[in-house]
Amino acid sequence: MFTSQSTLNRSFRVSSGLHELKALCALFVVAFALCAALSQSAAADPLAVKVGVIREAHPRDTVSILDIPPADDFVAGARMAMDDNNTTGRFLDQSFSVVDAKLTPGEDALAALKGMLEDGVRLFIVDLPPVEVLAVADAARASGALVFNAGAPDDRLREEDCRANVIHVSPTRSMLTDGLAQYLIWKQWRRWLLVVGSHPEDQLLAEAYRRSAKKFGAKIVEERVYQDTGGGRRSDSGSVQVQRQMPVFTQNAPDHDVLVAADESEVFAGFLPYRTWDARPVVGSAGLRPTSWDPSHEFWGAVQLQNRFQRTFKRGMSARDNQAWEAMRLIGDAVAHTKSGDPKAIHDDLLSPSFTLGAFKGQGLTLRPWNQQLRQPILLTDGRATVSVSPQEGFLHQTSELDTLGFDRPETKCKLQ
Amino acid sequence: MARRGVSLTLLAGFWALSGSAHATTAYITNEKGNSISVINLDKLEVTHTVKVGQRPRGIALSKDDALMFVCLGDDDTIAVIDTKTLKEVGEMPSGPDPEQLRVSPDGKLVFVANENDALLTAIDTATRKVVSEYPVGVEPEGVAVSPDGSIVVNTSETTSMAHLIDWKNKKAVANILVDPRPRYAEYNKDGSELWVTSEVGGTVSVIDPVKHVVKQKIAFDVPGLAKEQIQPVGIRFSADGKLAFVATGPANRVAVIDAATKQVLKYLLVGQRVWQLELTPDGKYLLSTNGVSNDVSVVDVAALKVIKSIPVGSFPWGVAISKQ
Repeated sequence: MFTSQSTLNRSFRVSSGLHELKALCALFVVAFALCAALSQSAAADPLAVKVGVIREAHPRDTVSILDIPPADDFVAGARMAMDDNNTTGRFLDQSFSVVDAKLTPGEDALAALKGMLEDGVRLFIVDLPPVEVLAVADAARASGALVFNAGAPDDRLREEDCRANVIHVSPTRSMLTDGLAQYLIWKQWRRWLLVVGSHPEDQLLAEAYRRSAKKFGAKIVEERVYQDTGGGRRSDSGSVQVQRQMPVFTQNAPDHDVLVAADESEVFAGFLPYRTWDARPVVGSAGLRPTSWDPSHEFWGAVQLQNRFQRTFKRGMSARDNQAWEAMRLIGDAVAHTKSGDPKAIHDDLLSPSFTLGAFKGQGLTLRPWNQQLRQPILLTDGRATVSVSPQEGFLHQTSELDTLGFDRPETKCKLQ
Repeated sequence: MARRGVSLTLLAGFWALSGSAHATTAYITNEKGNSISVINLDKLEVTHTVKVGQRPRGIALSKDDALMFVCLGDDDTIAVIDTKTLKEVGEMPSGPDPEQLRVSPDGKLVFVANENDALLTAIDTATRKVVSEYPVGVEPEGVAVSPDGSIVVNTSETTSMAHLIDWKNKKAVANILVDPRPRYAEYNKDGSELWVTSEVGGTVSVIDPVKHVVKQKIAFDVPGLAKEQIQPVGIRFSADGKLAFVATGPANRVAVIDAATKQVLKYLLVGQRVWQLELTPDGKYLLSTNGVSNDVSVVDVAALKVIKSIPVGSFPWGVAISKQ
């Protein structure tokens, strides 16, 4: 279950003849630079930081085959940031490694955690269901470990169930729905037909949309539930059934500007665009989607990160990969600042007012001190290009416009302890 | 001897005749326009728009002003363009997606950051071939050269460092941590300070290039603007070295800083999304490229006032100005 990845393996991995020669030359230069860096900081001891990644595999049952999670889903992002951190670490005599535990759904995350704790790991990046995030956080507490939740979008983890030893990197459902809502308001698409899946996560997402509508002045003209009757998404019989079902399902709706789909479980939203009864755009879980990242995002130098990722992992960087990347980069920057691998020192640095993470989103990312949620712009993508980025112009805030997204300080139910 | 005398006279006559055609000239790269706007600085007007390759950003002139070197990000090359004919006369190998470049004080080398390979590359301007490479941090970007040409500085965006490299001995003399996404580096006139802007950090780090420490950080505070909107990029020092100008990106202002006390004296409102700055050789005007409003602002340096906005191509980014 555990695979360890050291940086040296990566830098030695070369492909063809010419590349080998180039790599060899580069290696000498790197060694040279390393010596120079060492002579610079002769007093400092080398620092090795080991980070545990605990992730539960996501279902392969997706509407589009393009979204089927790859084997290195999520952890690839952490490894990319590990490489980035190691490049910086070269100059500071710091090195980073990743220990990966991939769990099948239902498998005990605490067993993986225990093994890593015994191995001396004190920093964890997790992509787990909310119950497991809390279990890991509480079990890790006694050893002073710091947990980065880079998967679960649940607001409750940042509100009534918040924990002092958890940093939340992934955006919450309320941040995502507020990000989309601001754009729909800017676009004057205020009348929403809300279609909700039948799973509990879909219901939570629908609740976030209802809250966003109220917050920004949109009107939900009608709600419909799309019942998941089971069965797979793949079929050799073509598009006939879906083509007939979706128009009928969306028929006889009151006047609306957009159809908002709340389908976190990936059951139906992907089947809606171009098949609705009324010629209206689909937004939410399909069509125009609010997200932390998309492989097509290219603004603000993002293409550099996309290229690095594509070159290393031979695929595009997903939102989950990016969230793991951000978590590992938070660790890397804090270690560079504090010259320490101690979770407490890292935690303090992340919460200091001067901390900012560059993440190719047009502005630096910082932590909300009251619940340790990463403040971040929300990308709106159609999967081909970034359509817009929220917060939208004109949505003002007294401290940070990023705090117009999601639950704000005055509404928080979080008491960190 | 006699013949040379004649030709010199002829040459002098030619220069005199064509004097107006050789007004100081500014060259602006238009990132999305895939073009260069040529501005006559006597008239403060665009005289030519030259088509170039894709995504031109960083631009610099050769020491004799005869050639311009233009980073073409999406063509993975640096175009060499004759400034008289405005025709492309060659290319230089930059590696993928070149963004910024600098010409060494002696004019012999062009330094360019190679973001994909985390290398700083030196290209011989005569042979147009790579002569050396040096490994730096993740996403190297800004490049500066000390006034004596001995130290080459490179900023790496994700590593958030300024790398100071003794180029003759190919030795890193310092790797200095600054605020996130350092985008641009510039030595002051006497080389006693190195200024580095951090786009995401929102600050300027003033580095002592001998002691290799950040001796001061300059922060910005524009009333009515969120801190995140202030994203410092290009830097220039006034001809007398007393003032520093810093482009602040989406804050749409050029900050004027007392170079000695590091106090921000004034914010000059220019166009939207200000990227890079350049002074005319007489130090009279400062030009800013404004990426979103598709114009170049002209600042009267003595009065510290914006006196004109010159419309250029789509998404102006870089600026270079001829020496005569």
